[in-house]
Amino acid sequence: MAKQKSQFVSQLEAFFSADRLVSITDTSDMVTLEISPEHWLDVARDLRDQDEFSFTQLSDLCGMDYLSWGQSEWATDTASNRGFSRAVSGEGAGRFDWSQRPQVVFDRDNEYGHPGRFAVVVHLISMEHNRRIRIRCFAADDVMPIIPSLVDTWNSANWYEREAFDLFGIAFEGHPDLRRILTDYGFVGHPFRKDFPLIGNVTVRYDESQGRVVYEPVEIEPRVLVPRVIRDDSRQHALADEATEDGNS
Amino acid sequence: MSKMHNYTLNFGPQHPAAHGVLRLILELEGEIIVRADPHIGLLHRGTEKLAESKPYNQSIGYMDRLDYVSMMCNEHAYVMAIENLLGLDIPIRAKFIRTLFDEVTRILNHLMWIGTHGLDLGAMTLFLYAFREREYLMDAYEAVSGARMHATYYRPGGVYRDLPDEMTQVKETRWTKGKDLTRLNAWRQGSLLDFLEEFINDFPSRIDEYETLLTNNRIWKQRTVGIGVVSPDRALQLGFTGPMLRGSGIAWDLRKKQPYAAYDKVKFSVPIGKNGDCYDRYLVRMEEMRQSNEIIRQCITWLRENPGPVITGDQKVAPPSRTAMKEDMESMIHHFKLFTEGYCVPAGESYAAVEHPKGEFGCYLVSDGANKPFRTHLRAAGFVHLSAMEEMVKGHMLADVVAVIGTQDIVFGEIDR
Repeated sequence: MAKQKSQFVSQLEAFFSADRLVSITDTSDMVTLEISPEHWLDVARDLRDQDEFSFTQLSDLCGMDYLSWGQSEWATDTASNRGFSRAVSGEGAGRFDWSQRPQVVFDRDNEYGHPGRFAVVVHLISMEHNRRIRIRCFAADDVMPIIPSLVDTWNSANWYEREAFDLFGIAFEGHPDLRRILTDYGFVGHPFRKDFPLIGNVTVRYDESQGRVVYEPVEIEPRVLVPRVIRDDSRQHALADEATEDGNS
Repeated sequence: MSKMHNYTLNFGPQHPAAHGVLRLILELEGEIIVRADPHIGLLHRGTEKLAESKPYNQSIGYMDRLDYVSMMCNEHAYVMAIENLLGLDIPIRAKFIRTLFDEVTRILNHLMWIGTHGLDLGAMTLFLYAFREREYLMDAYEAVSGARMHATYYRPGGVYRDLPDEMTQVKETRWTKGKDLTRLNAWRQGSLLDFLEEFINDFPSRIDEYETLLTNNRIWKQRTVGIGVVSPDRALQLGFTGPMLRGSGIAWDLRKKQPYAAYDKVKFSVPIGKNGDCYDRYLVRMEEMRQSNEIIRQCITWLRENPGPVITGDQKVAPPSRTAMKEDMESMIHHFKLFTEGYCVPAGESYAAVEHPKGEFGCYLVSDGANKPFRTHLRAAGFVHLSAMEEMVKGHMLADVVAVIGTQDIVFGEIDR
């Protein structure tokens, strides 16, 4: 299995010149390509039309927000002179409401380990070769993320791109009908962004006296039951060492 | 002279044939559909965002509530994605139990589908028949997990507990007594596997019953033959999977092509359609139920002969046994950490897909090394199918919209997520 995949990687490397792909990674479950927005459409078209790839179906497309990547709410391996961390603070989406939402700017210089804040991740499937591939495209701008639309290449991207637009605010250039899809009519904000509160913004109820539906600010208190924690697991180091040793030998 | 206008009709969200909360804006020219614009999201609960705020194991229950007529298949994709990231191997018995329950779920789903699809198109009896059989399978769910629908039975590393040796008996009430009570309890004298065996011996004759009502029924054929035809090329372009794709004649089934659980160890065939219309998709799903029945039979035989563990022994992800927990300090710490903090999953990403009764159900998990997923994305088959609604109904009559909704096997839990 692993050998077959590496052959596929060399196929990809041979076909796509280096300037068209940002990177090729052979992750544990499938090959991942990172593509720049300029080449997003033509690489996608080649993946679909070239016989050695023939990714005829787009099975999944989703938006990603890499803000707060790798941040934990609980420092487990250090202590200050006042004791250990109590895991009661942090900037997770469950810890603030609409008015207190963090006004952070995504630091592109590797603070979060990713070249941009917003990305689109697509999973393609080739039924002919029985193979999947993941392609990813980071938007050039973090404030107004724009990525070319894949609707013409795979029609099934239509609603997925509407969903990514709705939930993340990623605009898809060339999409025929970029409307909100899952959220309420007249919804404000993009709820799956990491700086959107988990409890939401407004709540809706029917008001007897006014005889209509009214929107009010949410009454729920933000709270987190289990703090987010990143632990350094020695077993994972062992696994990673094993993997690199296999690679060297 | 007055000008003729197209008529715009608001179909749903509260319409018995809208299968939940589908709101369709239809533009009609007489009775012909010119434009159909589905409005979804009325059941949007933000499952994916909620999952990002909880430890991995606490979201399994949310998966049940996605497609709430095929609960365990949803769980399956989610736990498989976690297992991929953890690099976890699961015991072979757990694989067979998952296969067994995936197929039980498939029958549950298809029964619900045939019941409501039939009801939409005017076959009332079928609805009652289908629900009669569903009851037995829900009992099987209840026997393993304690819940009739939202089981939370699959866990990363296996399944929560082994199959029970005895079934609960129906109790005597004012309405169930005497002969009725004996009949209801007749199958429940042995273990769960005995109960399921009774069911699968009986079930093919039940499918025959449904087929007698529908397959050659003139009205049924008038309502489904040639309706919502999708060519194989279009089906691929539109992202169809599962019975929708197979109905168009493409033999693609993840259980065969990318086997997971124990599907490589059971024999079954994959039915495909020819014309890609509602009738072919009906035939495909009916045959799938028969095939599921045979898979269940093989699983039962295997499970009877091969006892063993059903969940991994890795106590970082699976709880220790109750006795160990009470006697052994280490186990108690593991138990406490697992149920309060959960486990950290190595950084990485994984896409796991299963052949869900409705099509490909995928779970894309991204981890940054924390005890909660950084991003969860669920690929629901119904979402893609519904996006092709306009193309499928254009040019058909208003009444055919109902047939197309039925044939797409729409459930809003998974579409709106």
